[in-house]
Amino acid sequence: MSTGHVLLGLLSRGQQHGYDLKRAHDDRFPAAKPMAYGQVYASLERLHRQGFVEPVAVQRVDGPDRTVYAITATGRAELTDWIETVETPFVHVANPLATKVTVALLVTDTAYATTCLERQRASHLDAMRRYTRAKTDPSLPIHEVLAADYAIAHLDADLQWMESALQRVAALGEAIAT
Amino acid sequence: MKSTEDEQPALTARSVVMSYGHTPALKGISLAIGKGEIVAVTGPSGSGKSSLLLCLAGVVTPDAGEVTFGDRRISAEGEGQRSRLRRTEFGVLFQFGQLVPELTAIENVALPLLLGGRRRSEAMTAALTWLDRFEVGGLASTRPSSMSGGQAGRVAVARAMVAEPKVLFADEPTGALDTLAGEQVMAQLIRVTRESGTTVLLVTHDARVSAYGDREIRIRDGQLDHHPARHLASVSGPDGDLG
Repeated sequence: MSTGHVLLGLLSRGQQHGYDLKRAHDDRFPAAKPMAYGQVYASLERLHRQGFVEPVAVQRVDGPDRTVYAITATGRAELTDWIETVETPFVHVANPLATKVTVALLVTDTAYATTCLERQRASHLDAMRRYTRAKTDPSLPIHEVLAADYAIAHLDADLQWMESALQRVAALGEAIAT
Repeated sequence: MKSTEDEQPALTARSVVMSYGHTPALKGISLAIGKGEIVAVTGPSGSGKSSLLLCLAGVVTPDAGEVTFGDRRISAEGEGQRSRLRRTEFGVLFQFGQLVPELTAIENVALPLLLGGRRRSEAMTAALTWLDRFEVGGLASTRPSSMSGGQAGRVAVARAMVAEPKVLFADEPTGALDTLAGEQVMAQLIRVTRESGTTVLLVTHDARVSAYGDREIRIRDGQLDHHPARHLASVSGPDGDLG
């Protein structure tokens, strides 16, 4: 995720200063790490140098001066370009769970690898239960529902892989033994 | 402090064995399900999870072992008694799409009460209340062919709950529904059964459905699948004890 593009997206709704942008970011993206003020100001300076934002006013309210920024036409074009660029699907080639199963088979046997997989599965399901419970609270804000959807979908992918692995573990054990 | 009655499980199975001809389906399963618990029964296809549901719901009797509901040893009861038990104390929900197509939503939901001998006006009033609880009261006069999958799913859950069962048995309750429709059905099913203190047994192969349960019972090859912690140090490898 690009911090600059997120800030451009927030500015597309209207001009804001860094302090408000940081708060808007943390509200909109609760699953993301809170944005540090230093990171916001550094990104705004970079966006300014690139011509994507411009300072339009300076506000002073009981404290230091706050520069208010607005998105430029070039910034809007850049934002559109970023949104419309399809992300390359992330392929989990290096699967730490698969590595562990293979190592378990190297040092012991199918029964042991199965036990390890079942315990991992139980742990994943516990996590999924927590997200599911959180989601059934009707007061959960919609962006947090979406964040939980994402977590559940990824846990579900791992769980489906583990179900297949449980059915294939004997065959893998035989392949490793030969 | 809870009374002894509160602490008594809703359902228990003791060493339950069941076969289809010469093919064993359940090989000595023992478990207890507490009152108001929501338990997911999971396992690969053919593991015996649906057979377990049929035994616990009194649809079939096991070849050996016993199933109890409160103080009742239902595995020793005849079909007539078990059939009454299923109508009065148990709700059964199979994969969706099993609504009677010729009947409207309210008639579908009222059906178990009418079959149980309830007066039509009472049954229809109760059916509307349950449709409302699942937020499909507006579909009371609609036939299943004009409902979305999610709406039909909620009507089916309302029908399973209308007799206010102590235990709800649900086999793959989201069936072929898409993720969001399945989620709506499950969220409402869980909300309503928690409010009413109904015990729920969910049989599913879908982890997303299983995650609505308080806990999971895992079946493999007709047996409970335990996966206790085992430390590598205690496991013997091909070259002897690794410890």
